[in-house]
Amino acid sequence: MSNTMAQIKDLKFFSGLKRRHLEVLAALAKEIEVEKGTYIFREGDDALRCLVVLSGDVALELPMQGRDPRTVQTVHDGDVLGWSWLYPPHRWTFDARAVTDVTALVFDAEQLRAVKDSDHELGFQLMTRFGKVMVSRLQATRMRLMDLYGNGD
Amino acid sequence: MATATELSIPQLLDPMPCVVRAVNRETHDTITLEVEPAEPYHFEPGQITMVYKHGVGEIPISISSDPDRHDRISQTVRGVGAVSKAIIASHPGDVLGIRGPFGVGWPIDQAEGGDVAIIGGGIGLAPLRSIVYRVLNRRDRFGAVVILVGARTPKDIVFAEELREWGSRFDIDVNVTVDTADRGWHGPVGVVTNMIPRAPWDSSKVTAFVCGPEVMMRFTARALREDDVPMDKVYVTMERNMQCGVGLCGHCQWGSHFVCREGPVFRYDTVAELFRIRGV
Ligand SMILES: Cc1cc2nc3c(=O)[nH]c(=O)nc-3n(C[C@H](O)[C@H](O)[C@H](O)COP(=O)(O)OP(=O)(O)OC[C@H]3O[C@@H](n4cnc5c(N)ncnc54)[C@H](O)[C@@H]3O)c2cc1C
Ligand code: FES
Repeated sequence: MSNTMAQIKDLKFFSGLKRRHLEVLAALAKEIEVEKGTYIFREGDDALRCLVVLSGDVALELPMQGRDPRTVQTVHDGDVLGWSWLYPPHRWTFDARAVTDVTALVFDAEQLRAVKDSDHELGFQLMTRFGKVMVSRLQATRMRLMDLYGNGD
Repeated sequence: MATATELSIPQLLDPMPCVVRAVNRETHDTITLEVEPAEPYHFEPGQITMVYKHGVGEIPISISSDPDRHDRISQTVRGVGAVSKAIIASHPGDVLGIRGPFGVGWPIDQAEGGDVAIIGGGIGLAPLRSIVYRVLNRRDRFGAVVILVGARTPKDIVFAEELREWGSRFDIDVNVTVDTADRGWHGPVGVVTNMIPRAPWDSSKVTAFVCGPEVMMRFTARALREDDVPMDKVYVTMERNMQCGVGLCGHCQWGSHFVCREGPVFRYDTVAELFRIRGV
């Protein structure tokens, strides 16, 4: 088994996929290393890649005029990093900064979209998984809109 | 000193004078008071007292200190209204009246031999802090010990120094997350439930102690269920207005339960339905 295949198989995000689908994904994936402090992408950039964090922490930041950026979420081992590559206009809506040294699996967005469109079963499986991530982040956002920790505001 | 169940009603209705010995500021509106009781004080983690500020009034407050220490009690108070604001304005040397301890605490002995999850949101960490002391005092009786804390911003974290200290130990795993932060914060950002799927406990062997606002406890219980933690191993605390503390006045009634006597700690599966009923 190739190293990339083993990494993909170990990721909870891809668990339950058929072997032939894992092989398709492994053939497209590339491992990258990002040094702490580096921006993986910036708000407004074309979303050319899909990333899954293998190790390390990444901050999703909202740049603010004349002020330090605010971190709105951090993602960690096993998390997918954004889905802007999935939907037009394919532009990132946050900055992603490596808070620690990071290793990630990277997929070329165009190739992944082509695979998803040509193999509907794999496309469905991928969309289901991204849907789940989106729902859980939407839920987390709603929780933050509530007075989750009783600050009284 | 006897426990609440051994004390007579008149004793439980009569405040014991306690001298404030230290006042530690936690956040802009929250302090931890260390008081010296008139006589050795015994309580179980999770129990509460009625704290009386002379001339102002009395409110229920959880005990947040080491249950194996009997010469001092700590209580962490957030100033929200007349009485709590008067209490947080206390200075060393002031005298407060304390009744109790009341209620049943966290069943820590039931976690022995397994892992322990301590999950707090905001000032909800206060009654959980006594569990941490108790578990650390008897560390060899437990497996993995994991503390998960959520706060609005880094400035809203209570017991920040102690969390750092516990986090530097090798036998306890401490994770603090905030809703939003600037670059000065190096920890995770996100809601407390995000940390549950990657927490290093064995879901089949963990007992979870959860405290925070009701909405936080509800979402946490849901995330624990999704993480395969059995709901009969999840405990929460319930706050209801209290007056007598001894089951006489009915102020603390929650559904069919009297929080002052049967609570404030409840096993989640026994009260889950009440969490779903609006306005109980
Ligand atoms: C079992 C139990 C344990 C508690 N433990 C602690 C503790 O460890 N530390 C602590 O700071 N507080 C704790 N509380 C809450 C505390 O008792 C109240 O904040 C206090 O009674 C408010 O009284 P007050 O006169 O200062 O304000 P009030 O004038 O009575 O109220 C001021 C504002 O606070 C709100 N408020 C009142 N009580 C509560 C409450 N229980 N929860 C949320 N909002 C409330 C009111 O709706 C109002 O908006 C506990 C309550 C219970 C029932
Ligand atoms: S506070 Fe009076 S019955 Fe519980």
